[in-house]
Amino acid sequence: MTDLTATQKALGAEVAVRSAPYFPRKKKAITGRSIAVLAFLAICALFFCIPLYVVITTSFKTMDQIREGAMFALPNVWTLEAWDHAWNTACSGTRCEGLKVGFWNSVSILIPSLVLSIGLSIVTGYALALWNVKWAGPFLFVLFICAFVPFQIIMFPLISMTATLKVYGSIWGVAIIHAVLAMPVLTLIFRNYYKDIPQEIMSAAVMDSGSFWKIFFEIILPMSGNILIVVLILQITSIWNDYLIGVTFGGLGAQPMTVNLANLITISTGTVRYNDNMAAALLTAIPPLVIYFFVGKLFVQGITAGAIKG
Amino acid sequence: MPRVSFEHITKTYGLLKVLDDLNLSIDDGDFLVLLGPSGCGKTTLLNLLAGLLDVTDGRIMIGERDVTDLDPKDRGLAMVFQSYALYPTKTVHGNLKFGLSASKLPREEIEKRIAWAAKLLQIEPLLNRKPGQLSGGQRQRVAIGRALVKNVGVFLFDEPLSNLDAKLRTEMRLEIKKLHDQLKSTIVYVTHDQIEAMTMATKIAVMNGGVIQQFGTPDEIYERPANLFVAGFIGSPAMNLRKAKLSVAADKVEAVFASGVRLDVSDYPFASPPRDGDDVIAGLRPEHFVLTATGPVAASFTVPVQYAERTGPDASAYFKFEDELLALRVEPGAAAQLTPGQSVAVSYLKGKANLFDARTGQRM
Repeated sequence: MTDLTATQKALGAEVAVRSAPYFPRKKKAITGRSIAVLAFLAICALFFCIPLYVVITTSFKTMDQIREGAMFALPNVWTLEAWDHAWNTACSGTRCEGLKVGFWNSVSILIPSLVLSIGLSIVTGYALALWNVKWAGPFLFVLFICAFVPFQIIMFPLISMTATLKVYGSIWGVAIIHAVLAMPVLTLIFRNYYKDIPQEIMSAAVMDSGSFWKIFFEIILPMSGNILIVVLILQITSIWNDYLIGVTFGGLGAQPMTVNLANLITISTGTVRYNDNMAAALLTAIPPLVIYFFVGKLFVQGITAGAIKG
Repeated sequence: MPRVSFEHITKTYGLLKVLDDLNLSIDDGDFLVLLGPSGCGKTTLLNLLAGLLDVTDGRIMIGERDVTDLDPKDRGLAMVFQSYALYPTKTVHGNLKFGLSASKLPREEIEKRIAWAAKLLQIEPLLNRKPGQLSGGQRQRVAIGRALVKNVGVFLFDEPLSNLDAKLRTEMRLEIKKLHDQLKSTIVYVTHDQIEAMTMATKIAVMNGGVIQQFGTPDEIYERPANLFVAGFIGSPAMNLRKAKLSVAADKVEAVFASGVRLDVSDYPFASPPRDGDDVIAGLRPEHFVLTATGPVAASFTVPVQYAERTGPDASAYFKFEDELLALRVEPGAAAQLTPGQSVAVSYLKGKANLFDARTGQRM
């Protein structure tokens, strides 16, 4: 064997597939090994795509067609009926107002808990990283430990605490629990990010202004774009996709979209309306996707624009 | 413009004593350079003055004010940092303006000062740019500008030129000196570069191991180093330091080297009367050697050439003297004619030798 194939081996199969056309000595561009890789990748893709295909097509079908049982068939008639039904009139328990109730609940949980968790943790992280805080080391250690306590362990105390605070079963209850549980990890993330800000910038700011809040808002916050986007994506997805906190603290009136969806598809009487269920599942999954698309783009811009030496 | 004084300053980090009972005071309008090798405590001392570190013990006075426990912003100081420390998300204008954020000045006054500093430093066309769009020298000017707008009496510089290339460094050195002449402010400047110290300072404090080794004008430091550390640290090539024994006769005092070469030091201003047989270390500056003597000389001897090197307008030649290298400054033309191995007669000028006590290392 030649040196070239040895290099290819070293670089891995994927590179071999890509670089194969650049070696004109070989008549056949695709080797047995690359076919195997392609096949594996194709199976992986199908593994995710087939269920998604079924979900999407089913959501546009009528119940009549679904009853025929041809799961992979395209809809005979494309209809938005199921989407409309899932959004507006599907029954969750005894209420038949569709998913929109859950959607708006989720939105009104998301916003305050985002503001609370990011607002508190960014300032805590800033103080811990850049100011002389007494007991900062032990405090960080406690935060670190807290970040690894499973939610289930502290669920009951939290329920009684929220009940005492009279927020149990309300939007605020869920929002506050989300914010509190996210605090340790977010504080550590912000603290580690701010630790990398050159000490001299902070010294200059202390000599120039000396004000904790002025330095935060004028110097530090404008430098935090990247990490804010990261934390935003992290928080939005985890809050939106959460089920356990929502079902535990939401009571009956403040159920987020995920809980609403679960109630909507678990019915004990009548026929299972697959098209409604699929549409409802897609509706629930769309918001985080939208966030990824919009904020992800900003994320890339943020990385390139922030390339400034201190 | 105020006088700055450190009184009995002690600074410890845990068990490590960085500064111990340090006293230093500079006059109004002085350009003080704190000079020393890395880790000698010079930056610590500057940060103590700036208020970025707390003193463990002692007192810092600026003018008549005790600033030891004041916040950095209240001390009436402005500082220029080694890495410039510009705020990356603010424009040059924003950077200068933030420098004034602690002082509650009216808007017109702020704009007036920014315009003044920008004009003085020739950064007017850059006011709307961000630091990322500036070159190293421009950033340095902005950093100085941010200090200037504060209109304070004392400026602190923490190795501000060490990130610049050699040419720019020479230019900025001149400009800082010019600024000092213009503003008549007090400047405390930290550096490990002796050329910066020699060219800019009105006073130099040479530090080593947290102790001020010598405090004086650049000329004093260079001509009359107080101890072996200062003698070896200042000057390039470094002063030649050689062991010798004093030989005191009725009309003549000589330092005798191991090889028997005798250096006439009769005119040396001894602090205390010299005693015969004292162990000394003679400090001989490379530029006080001559190849062809025209005036009175203190010593003449013949040594073999090791090598010669030219540094632009100057040249240094290294000779083998008592198994060690002896550095001499020579004319570039003469240096070209020296070949390794060749024996050359060299003379040391009269009245230029430095003598240090071999036991204490102090100047005699």
